[in-house]
Amino acid sequence: MAQEKQVETTGLLGWIDQRFPLTANWKAHLSEYYAPKNFNFWYFFGSLAMLMLVLQIVTGIFLTMHYKPDAALAFASVEYIMRDVPWGWLIRYMHSTGASAFFFVVYLHMFRGLIYGSYRKPRELVWIFGCLIFLALMAEAFMGYLLPWGQMSYWGAQVIVNLFAAIPFIGPELSLWIRGDYVVSDATLTRFFAFHVIAVPLVLLGLVAAHILALHEVGSGNPDGIEIKEKKDANGIPLDGIPFHPYYTVHDILGVSVFLMAFSAILFFAPEFGGYFLEYNNFVPADPLVTPSHIAPVWYFTPYYSILRAVTDDFLLYWMIPFLVLFALLALVSARNNITRLITVGACGALILGFLVVDAKFWGVVAMGAAVMILFALPWIDNSPVRSIRYRPGWHWYVYGLFVVVFIVLGFFGTKAPSPANALFSQIGTLLYFAFFMLMPWWSKMGKFKPVPDRVTFAAH
Amino acid sequence: MSDSSKPVDSSRRTAIGLTCAAGAVGGAAVAIPFVSSFAPSERAKAAGAPVEVDISTMQPGDLKRVEWRGKPVWVVRRTEEMLGTLEKTAPKVADPDSLRTAFPTPDYARNPHRSIKPEYLVVVGICLHLGCSPIEKFEAGGDPSLPDDWVGGFLCPCHGSTFDFAGRVYKNKPAPDNLEVPPHMYLSESKILVGDDSKA
Repeated sequence: MAQEKQVETTGLLGWIDQRFPLTANWKAHLSEYYAPKNFNFWYFFGSLAMLMLVLQIVTGIFLTMHYKPDAALAFASVEYIMRDVPWGWLIRYMHSTGASAFFFVVYLHMFRGLIYGSYRKPRELVWIFGCLIFLALMAEAFMGYLLPWGQMSYWGAQVIVNLFAAIPFIGPELSLWIRGDYVVSDATLTRFFAFHVIAVPLVLLGLVAAHILALHEVGSGNPDGIEIKEKKDANGIPLDGIPFHPYYTVHDILGVSVFLMAFSAILFFAPEFGGYFLEYNNFVPADPLVTPSHIAPVWYFTPYYSILRAVTDDFLLYWMIPFLVLFALLALVSARNNITRLITVGACGALILGFLVVDAKFWGVVAMGAAVMILFALPWIDNSPVRSIRYRPGWHWYVYGLFVVVFIVLGFFGTKAPSPANALFSQIGTLLYFAFFMLMPWWSKMGKFKPVPDRVTFAAH
Repeated sequence: MSDSSKPVDSSRRTAIGLTCAAGAVGGAAVAIPFVSSFAPSERAKAAGAPVEVDISTMQPGDLKRVEWRGKPVWVVRRTEEMLGTLEKTAPKVADPDSLRTAFPTPDYARNPHRSIKPEYLVVVGICLHLGCSPIEKFEAGGDPSLPDDWVGGFLCPCHGSTFDFAGRVYKNKPAPDNLEVPPHMYLSESKILVGDDSKA
């Protein structure tokens, strides 16, 4: 007979621990997971994102009990939920307002990573899993928006699926395959429903588990950007670490309480948020023959939508090509080795050639995709000797500040109808957005860095 | 991570490799039906039948929308003035002679007015940028989304592509192609068949 596993616990818990690592996991991830004691405001948003995930799953399950994924019935079934199902309006608004809240929380969570260098070695995989979560979330939100089968649902899906048609050679076949019909139709609705309610959520849950496992393997970062594991006491416990449970579980309940106050206020008093969370046109049933006179995605996609619209022939010719030429020259002068030089100059040359040969439509789609994909590169393009903004040169704040302004300006113009002024601001914004990341290898190491402390900055409350 | 000193049995290694390869091929083959199930169904394919349009009641300046293959098809009865603008817009549009081949214009519409009869324009009302349906902006000038020298035509509300009265896209706009002219023919003076141009 195999030797019995020795466990410290007794009774029922002991019986379980001999068969399942319950206490071991409780300790590893909660009661003996040591997080830095100097977390500030920005560190609330991880747990809030988790809260939103749970809220979306729970409300989503209840919505599927009444919703009908059928082009002829979908719109009416959502209105049925809103009017006839007891408390259905609240569950639906929790889900639709929750989607916007989820993105709000996730954007702030990502911004935290940006300013405190949370993605720097050894946390690259934490960041990459996070970026994948962001991608999955975008897919989830996009497919979910089709389900009410309103005018915006319909034409939004029509536009996004047609993005794929811009890919040379395989594009038209690919978008046909995604739609399952020659235009967005019932076939598209049913498959988006399947992806929205089961396929993407499963992927999301897996990625969230990977995100947290990777985090707990390397340990949490902190606003000072230093490793608490470097200073341990006699028991091997980080001197600046405190157990996640009970300290941060209780701490996060405070964050949840404040967040839920704001969330409830919006949920009860402005669930559609003036047309930003649920657009007015989406209360008109989908009509495949008439595009609404103004069409824009929900606010959390508008920065990327602006980038898509900014790319025209003129933009490529007079803005992007000079920028890439300068970028290639910069790489030629200062790259670390010849391979980097060759790759950078080659890539710039190939892009410029591509701009001249392939339609601007395709490059708009590429720019939109690249604007998200470039996030994955952050751990490798940030050359700052310190992680946290606290110990970077003061003017780095302005660079991040400009980036935030650019992101908001792009988002604002993404909600507006096309116009020459809109095009100009979107183009300036698009160029600055990419310049922020593409020039980061250079600007991130420029300036005078401040000395980093040995121990975290912390004053007892 | 074998710590035994026994030599590796290479024939077993080969067998493991072959088994894995066969398994991978089987796995990939199983994906085929799932991937294929995404393609348009037989019912969707069959829905592409031609449609007849009655144009006898159309006044000059009218636009009629009909559905063909789930897409809006417009029939526009153009006025003399509308047709007159086409000469002015020719230098401003990207492809005035309908020469691009991505969505080929039928030979019978490869002319300045892009139609069989100058008076009637028949086009698919879907912008070839990302598939929105442009809206009529038949009045000249006076719209913040449009240039000041606007002579009338169509505007796509999604990304601002503009088209003239022959469905030709203006230069430097997101849409790469003119509005598509569907295969069509006149069954009589007052009837157009959209979706079929084979003279039977």
